[in-house]
Amino acid sequence: MAAPPTSRESGNAFLLILLAKRVASGLLTLFLVSLVVFIISGLLPGDAAQEMLGQSATPEAVAALRQQMGLDQPAAVRFLRWLAGLLGGDPGFSLVANMPVADIIASRLPNSLILAALSTLVAVPLALTIGITSAMRQGGRLDRALNTTTLAMVALPEFLIATIAVLIFAVELRWLPSIALVPAQGGFLDLLRALAMPILSLSIIVVAQMARMTRAAIIAQLGLPYVEMARLKGVSPARLVLVHVLPNAIAPIVNAMALSLSYLLGGAVIVETIFNYPGLASLMVNAVTSRDMPLLQACAMIFCCAYLSLVLIADTVAILANPRLRNR
Amino acid sequence: MSAIVEKKQAEGLASPGWAARLPLAGKVGLGLVIFWIATAIAGPWLAPYDPGAFAHQDVFAGFGAAHWLGSDYLGRDVLSRVLSGARYSVGLAAAAAIAASCTGTGLALIAALAPRWLDELLSRFIDTLISIPSKIFALVLVAAVGSSLLLLFLIAAFIYIPGAYRIARSQAVNLAQMDYVQVARTRGEKAAYIAIREILPNMLHPMLADFGLRFVFIVLLLSGLSFLGLGVQPPDADLGSLVRENISGLGEGAPAILVPALAIATLTVGVNLLIDALPRRRGSKEG
Repeated sequence: MAAPPTSRESGNAFLLILLAKRVASGLLTLFLVSLVVFIISGLLPGDAAQEMLGQSATPEAVAALRQQMGLDQPAAVRFLRWLAGLLGGDPGFSLVANMPVADIIASRLPNSLILAALSTLVAVPLALTIGITSAMRQGGRLDRALNTTTLAMVALPEFLIATIAVLIFAVELRWLPSIALVPAQGGFLDLLRALAMPILSLSIIVVAQMARMTRAAIIAQLGLPYVEMARLKGVSPARLVLVHVLPNAIAPIVNAMALSLSYLLGGAVIVETIFNYPGLASLMVNAVTSRDMPLLQACAMIFCCAYLSLVLIADTVAILANPRLRNR
Repeated sequence: MSAIVEKKQAEGLASPGWAARLPLAGKVGLGLVIFWIATAIAGPWLAPYDPGAFAHQDVFAGFGAAHWLGSDYLGRDVLSRVLSGARYSVGLAAAAAIAASCTGTGLALIAALAPRWLDELLSRFIDTLISIPSKIFALVLVAAVGSSLLLLFLIAAFIYIPGAYRIARSQAVNLAQMDYVQVARTRGEKAAYIAIREILPNMLHPMLADFGLRFVFIVLLLSGLSFLGLGVQPPDADLGSLVRENISGLGEGAPAILVPALAIATLTVGVNLLIDALPRRRGSKEG
């Protein structure tokens, strides 16, 4: 490593290099992931040209179509072509739906983003409150109750949560519709009403994990000398946690948030299906059933991209929040 | 030093009183785990009806004396179907979790003792696999190869090898630096001896806890797949398939849909409570 930078500018330069390294490593991983997805989805013999024309097609017709679709190229060429298409916003053509994959995804992606954003808005404050309360009462009755509850909730299958939500709010109380159709027109309130149950289910799925990790992050700080110092100084417990501990625990907490939010991706697969929600995850499930490989590959890459972005955000915040790295 | 600590702990776990010393939540967890293992083994013989027979004249019947847990969407006995389905959920997941943990541990031992380049190559590959969310990975694999019971086992094992590898590698790399391993090396022991006799025994305890977690993940993954209709295929049915096939009973709040879903929950929550209550390595921070 070069001579230790002393001024603030060189500290920032160091930070930038560190961040650039993380981004580069993330991009490399994303490239390798796309390779894995491409290889796996080509595992079985049989190709799209054959499937499109059916069993009765003449070999010449299949060969002609294969050439037209570029299937006669070696796998490496097809991979690079597919990758270039993904980057250029053209992930291929869905033979099952007979339309470009990009169009299908464009009609579903906003729905998934709305659902994810609203669930995050509900889950993050809730998880922070539970985690912080729990950590402040560490070892107490409330902490132990919350701890056991979240421990159990982490292990609940998503469809049980969704099922119970439907039973309570749609069947018993009749407050909410059991199918989440995005209203074509109507205000924000109509949208909220339609999405309430998917949001509720998804939030419950991620809150438990998030709250547990928040609690662990804060408790790890509570054992440090500066906390004892503040306590001896007579700082009130609420001020201690909010003003002294929280800024120091921000990196692990954001890390916890990002990792738990990636559970949203998996949870969405079940929740969107159970509520018939027209999002990306239920689209992907349909792509599996209809063996629509181009669509499946594109959906998988979007989810992997989302996951890697979350991890990258967590890393970035951890780097930015660490003053030792900033002022090197 | 750490070997001694580990040894004491192993004795603690082997001595007969360890179950009695568990906190209440741990006892509940242990009870649930034993219950489900017993059900998975003996379930089909305990079933009061043939799980495929139309035993009830009503569909989605509620709890009753002849049919304790009611009937499903075709009038079949729910209790019998849950008792038979548990075998698939528990058995398949246990087999896949064992395969994932063993493979992950084996690869980690190789990585810890192999030349640097092999370790880096392996770790890079594992890092790639771990960046694909498990459910998404499962969907891609099922679409590519299908979902027979054998394939489901292989898919679940494959998806959870990277996680097991990561935990095992961090253990193994630390242990490989220990004095007693250095001594064994100087003594001229072979790599296989060092891996199996010196390192492996000392990472067994954390790997067992990790095995439990992996089992929970796999139960949830496989039942999730079955719930989507992409897992265990009829006429076989695991607990997730039972939830799926009875989804139309949701509006009536039929036991046929709630019981299998709750069954999965008691299984996974039980394992989680048990693992959390087990005596853990000193210095471990995670609460």
